[in-house]
Amino acid sequence: MQTDREHSLLSVESLQRVFVTREGFSTTRLEAVAGASFAIRNDRPEIYTLAGESGSGKTTLARLVLGLEHATSGNMYYKGRDVLHLTNKERRDWFLKEVQPIFQDPFATFSPLKRIDSYLYETTRNYKMATTREGIDAHVDEALHAVGLSLAEVRGRYPNELSGGQAQRVSVARALLTRPSLLVADEPVSMLDASLRMSIVNLFRTLRDEHKVSVLYITHDLTTAYYAADRIAVMLRGWVVESGPVENVLGEPLHPYTQNLKNAIPEADPEKTWEGDASLAVMDTEEYTRTGCRYAGRCPAVMDICKTTVPRDIEVQGRSVKCFLYDEEVPEAERTQAMANGAPVA
Amino acid sequence: MSPETAASAGMEQARVNEEARNVVEAEGLKAWYITQAYGVERTVKAVDDLTLAIREGEIYGIAGESGCGKSTLLKALLGEIVSPLTIVGGKVEYDFDAGKIDALKQTEEDREAIRWRRVSYIPQGSMHVLNPVRRIRDTFHDFIAAHQETTREQSIEMARNYLQELGLREGVLGNYPHQLSGGMRQRVTIALATILTPRLIFADEPTTALDVVVQRGVIELLKEVQKRENSTLVLVTHDMGVHANLTNRVAVLYAGNLVEEADTSTIFRRPRHPYTRYLIESLPRMGDRSERVGIPGRPPALDNPPDGCRFHPRCPLATDICRQEVPPLLPVEGIGNGTGPPHRVACFHQVDAPLEAGEIEHAAEMPHAD
Repeated sequence: MQTDREHSLLSVESLQRVFVTREGFSTTRLEAVAGASFAIRNDRPEIYTLAGESGSGKTTLARLVLGLEHATSGNMYYKGRDVLHLTNKERRDWFLKEVQPIFQDPFATFSPLKRIDSYLYETTRNYKMATTREGIDAHVDEALHAVGLSLAEVRGRYPNELSGGQAQRVSVARALLTRPSLLVADEPVSMLDASLRMSIVNLFRTLRDEHKVSVLYITHDLTTAYYAADRIAVMLRGWVVESGPVENVLGEPLHPYTQNLKNAIPEADPEKTWEGDASLAVMDTEEYTRTGCRYAGRCPAVMDICKTTVPRDIEVQGRSVKCFLYDEEVPEAERTQAMANGAPVA
Repeated sequence: MSPETAASAGMEQARVNEEARNVVEAEGLKAWYITQAYGVERTVKAVDDLTLAIREGEIYGIAGESGCGKSTLLKALLGEIVSPLTIVGGKVEYDFDAGKIDALKQTEEDREAIRWRRVSYIPQGSMHVLNPVRRIRDTFHDFIAAHQETTREQSIEMARNYLQELGLREGVLGNYPHQLSGGMRQRVTIALATILTPRLIFADEPTTALDVVVQRGVIELLKEVQKRENSTLVLVTHDMGVHANLTNRVAVLYAGNLVEEADTSTIFRRPRHPYTRYLIESLPRMGDRSERVGIPGRPPALDNPPDGCRFHPRCPLATDICRQEVPPLLPVEGIGNGTGPPHRVACFHQVDAPLEAGEIEHAAEMPHAD
């Protein structure tokens, strides 16, 4: 699938990553990312969410975007340039400045034996963002101010002297030092308490609105995704099954998997408890190797074609859905029947 | 739903439990971590002067941020006191059919006699407890045989029936743990912990680190297990969404103290403690993108908690009395009229209003929620 390279900040096209494991004579292929496509817009900054359960391939996709993993096939363009085939120098001098990572556990990011400000100074010097001592201090202080801290609060401190929320703010500040246009945040709030989560998610909103930084926000938490994101791509076993504006995709999900996911969110409201049963995979790897649709094994609206053929991406109601239920090449009577079987919550 | 109907639903719930007796009672419980290193004694008051009663057949939730004493409270209620955890004062009693049992003064034999058959425990990250080199059916057999007379055939039959009753695929009995998904392993573990029909089940963050769909399956299973024998489930989790979906009553802990306890709908609709109000208000909700603010400041270190109300440094309503005196945990007057468990709050400045966005003044000069 070809996205609009020229008008996208980041455009990911049919990206694939296959892991091959060999044991003796047997070879196992695991397609962790299977032809995933999405694009982050260029005209204004946005928060783009990659959502999915563990084992959906969202972290592998994030690592592919960061260049920490080699793509098996597919294309990726950043600001119109092919970034899968950069020279080391181009990568170092340009791409790594433009795209910066934020990791899951702030206490695993920083060594407990090093002062936390040393990371900020090192990054500033390595990327030659400032040269004089005063210049470096000012540059670091500016990045810390963007996340609601200051150099005076952080200078000389060890990671254990900071709370989880503060440490995660410092890791966001470190990422901002190179003045990137895109932050790739892999589960940045899953180690934090609910109350602290909001402060980090609010920070992403501030960065987008005031500092014009886009965020690729990878999470399994759909409530914070709904709260913060502009657009979302829902992943299942390496596929992007539904993508589009967050109000459409999470407001009125069309793919049976997204519907299942949305129904499983425990709402903090005693009047809205769950109804019906959740459908779960019994074994993790089974769905990766399935022929046809990878959700067919537990989809309530499954049709015969789903078990044999891989569905296409269909553009419908302001989003893209990978499901035969919306494919006009499948006879309408059959689809209506399947939808009634699945009774997807309208 | 209006707050009035919510309150009456709460009272109805209270009436259901009217005749229920208390299965667990804790009184003035103080569970502290006392360590000595290089001659320096350090005391962490993880649970400090806590009184509660859990009724038979209810699902009782324990909520709060990390580091507020949730897991320590659960250990004390279980009677699993391992140094440096020390019971400094208070008592915990169980009441099953045969008189009261002092949970803190049991011998190892006493504990052995009630463990799994009367009292069961589902630990955090419990999907890792299954023996990796034994099939699930062998694990079930080992487990049952350790507690009662059985043959291999009998215990496997028992496991098969139980899994069927809970709606789990009995085929998993032939699998090894690594062949199952994380959620399935977690559910098998819950089945294992409850197969001997315990009256009282303690679960410590049973769904943390699970995906939402899996989490939902696990919670539905816990509900099923509880309903089956009308046993009592005590659930510790920081996830307020899980409390809303599963529990009948919720206790909110803050810095080792019980600050508010009420039926679930009151906790979510009409909480009176400023901390509980913050906790509920800061939750993002589907379909609502209005700005939500985290709780300012952070919980105090428990080796040197602030004087007076422990929440006062973060509380927008704090006055002088909050800085000097510890607010007592008192029943709210006029609610519950003595029938069900009362709504209890420990605060000098309770807010008596239904919860709506923007109820608490979010002072602009408040520090960031770190």
